[in-house]
Amino acid sequence: MIKPHRSQPLWFAYIVHRLSGLALALFLPVHFYVLALAISAPARLDEFLSWSEQPVVIAMEAGLVFLLAVHLFGGLRLLAVELLPWNPRQKTFAAAAAGLAFFIACGFLLRAI
Amino acid sequence: MLNARLYFIQRLSAMVLAPLVLGHLLGMILAIQGGLDAAEILSRTQGSVWWGLFYGLFVVAAGVHAAIGLRVIACEWLRLAPAWLDAFTWIAGLVLIGLGSRAVVALVL
Amino acid sequence: MQAKAVDLDVRVWRGNASAGGYVHYPVPLRESQSILDVVTWIQRNLEPTLGYRFACRVGMCGSCAMMVNGKPRWTCRTHIKQVVRNHALTLAPLRNLPVIRDLVCDMSGFFDKWQQAQGRFHPSATREDAIVPIDPQSPQRKLADAAIECINCAVCYAACDVVANNPAYLGPAALNRAWTLVNDVRDVGLGERLRAVSGPGGCYNCHSQQGCTTWCPKELNPTASIAGLKRKALKVALKTEPLDHA
Repeated sequence: MIKPHRSQPLWFAYIVHRLSGLALALFLPVHFYVLALAISAPARLDEFLSWSEQPVVIAMEAGLVFLLAVHLFGGLRLLAVELLPWNPRQKTFAAAAAGLAFFIACGFLLRAI
Repeated sequence: MLNARLYFIQRLSAMVLAPLVLGHLLGMILAIQGGLDAAEILSRTQGSVWWGLFYGLFVVAAGVHAAIGLRVIACEWLRLAPAWLDAFTWIAGLVLIGLGSRAVVALVL
Repeated sequence: MQAKAVDLDVRVWRGNASAGGYVHYPVPLRESQSILDVVTWIQRNLEPTLGYRFACRVGMCGSCAMMVNGKPRWTCRTHIKQVVRNHALTLAPLRNLPVIRDLVCDMSGFFDKWQQAQGRFHPSATREDAIVPIDPQSPQRKLADAAIECINCAVCYAACDVVANNPAYLGPAALNRAWTLVNDVRDVGLGERLRAVSGPGGCYNCHSQQGCTTWCPKELNPTASIAGLKRKALKVALKTEPLDHA
């Protein structure tokens, strides 16, 4: 249950930005470890890559793409808030960031399947 | 808990990351078609100075950006004591940049 | 107290700094009531010891701020139709401030942070000097005027999650006031003020959640003011702007 004082769109933009950043920061070490297998154990990397072709894993990868994209576009919105004169269309920008991120994640998904 | 310097570094790393992330997203969307295997990835990255620079910069900027972001979460949500925040930030940054450099080296050399 | 079908079921937080909880009071529902009317009815008819604040009762002083169904509002300017669903109402003291008793919170920390942010004017002239003409249409004065109407009601402070998570954070009201003074060309405390708002509790902690802007009863925009402080502090630090009013 979201506390009542938080039920406004820009709080959701904040929590999405924070949780996506946290998820990405926790994912990165795993990502780096897997990629380093290219030199230390390339056979295991290939095993992992073919495992990752399962639909469930592809869906999770698309989720990661969404998280990265939404964090990027939300971050651009924040840079605009902080560096440019105030723009009253904050809710529109937040919605556009989410929409664009969803579009990119779908693009990934459609090419992956 | 951010002061002026950490805030500035965070925003600077964000601005460096923006085009790199965009490039990475585009790259992944292009590369994922037809599946991925180690040979395909390496054929693109091995021996490439440009990919080395691209991902080398990416790793440093992402490590710095994530470390400072995690610092804020540690302060606000985990209530980590101020005395520990600096150590936490440094460790997070060094772990990410260390692991990331290992990955870049693996792909480029 | 037998509740009638058309009563409001009002849950009111009762207690003090050490302990407390919600108590139910049935209040007759009328066509037009403000939340202040409801609280006052409880105090006059059911519970004389109920502690709560109000003063002007017409939306000018900001004294009556409290959490109304989980949202920080002025009780005198909140009509029951705006907040009541299924005849239920929950009243609690303002969030992020210590409780004194019942619906009354201790505002002194809020006012202290106002001072810590250098939210006061630093003069340089005396009564012997000529009055400095300020053009109301000048860009800096317009920025100051857009944020100047704050009456320290602490609704924004209660709404802010950064305030909740970071005890050192100066908060939207204090920083908003600092911004108006940053834009006051007669003030000579710019350096001290920018230092005050750039520290560990300063403007850089704002995540632009805009809860402050959403709930401010004067329709101010502390998020924009804090963004302005970030820009100003950065420009002065990078020396692209001078540390005095040009």
